[in-house]
Amino acid sequence: MAKSLLIISRQAPWSGPSAREALDIALAGGAFDLPLGMLFLDDGVLQLLPSQNAKALQQKDLTANLQALEMFGVEDLFACSTSLAERGMSPEALNVEPLNVLQDDEIAALIDRYDQVITI
Amino acid sequence: MKFAIALYSPAHAPSSRRALLFAQAALAAGHEIVRLFFYQDGVHSASSTVVTPQDELDVPAQWREFVTSNQLDAVVCIAAALRRGVLNEEEARRYSRTAASIAAPWELSGLGQLHDGVQAADRLICFGGP
Repeated sequence: MAKSLLIISRQAPWSGPSAREALDIALAGGAFDLPLGMLFLDDGVLQLLPSQNAKALQQKDLTANLQALEMFGVEDLFACSTSLAERGMSPEALNVEPLNVLQDDEIAALIDRYDQVITI
Repeated sequence: MKFAIALYSPAHAPSSRRALLFAQAALAAGHEIVRLFFYQDGVHSASSTVVTPQDELDVPAQWREFVTSNQLDAVVCIAAALRRGVLNEEEARRYSRTAASIAAPWELSGLGQLHDGVQAADRLICFGGP
């Protein structure tokens, strides 16, 4: 049986290539039909903000990559409730769904459930 | 135990040195390294054009020597490398660039090799992350 991998994305979308490079890991694994989960943690939750204006920063929009996750079979998507609250973000108004918003103790259990974990 | 090791930081970062020390210790203790995967700024740790001052530790050279002498499977992510100007001869020709800074024992390949390493290893150990 294939080993499961949890990808933890902790970087803001426009602070460098990290957000994109974390998504690339998920999309590449999805293409191989591997059991993957993705957790948005710390500044990583900022990737989930709707109505981002990438053009104003002369950057390429990440939304398409986020939307592609489901198409690539990466459906286990999680966000940290504490990280959202710290940044004044409402769990109801995010640009990815379905998204599971988890409390800190649930995150510990989530990490425990996966065979391997990679944090970007 | 079988380890896959991912590195995200350049040669001048302490985590590149720590990853190397971990890898050396793992082999010395009888463990196996099924894959090294250099991602993000970690591609610079594999660069052959880094010039280290004479009185400092030449980390890219140490990595090269370690990979060669232990015949390890050492992959540099091609997408991350191209974005950062770290090319091998073939890619330099393909994109008409004047410099190549990746050579054997390193191989440029895709993210599939990271997933392959994850599947083959008992543990994935990452260095240089947030």
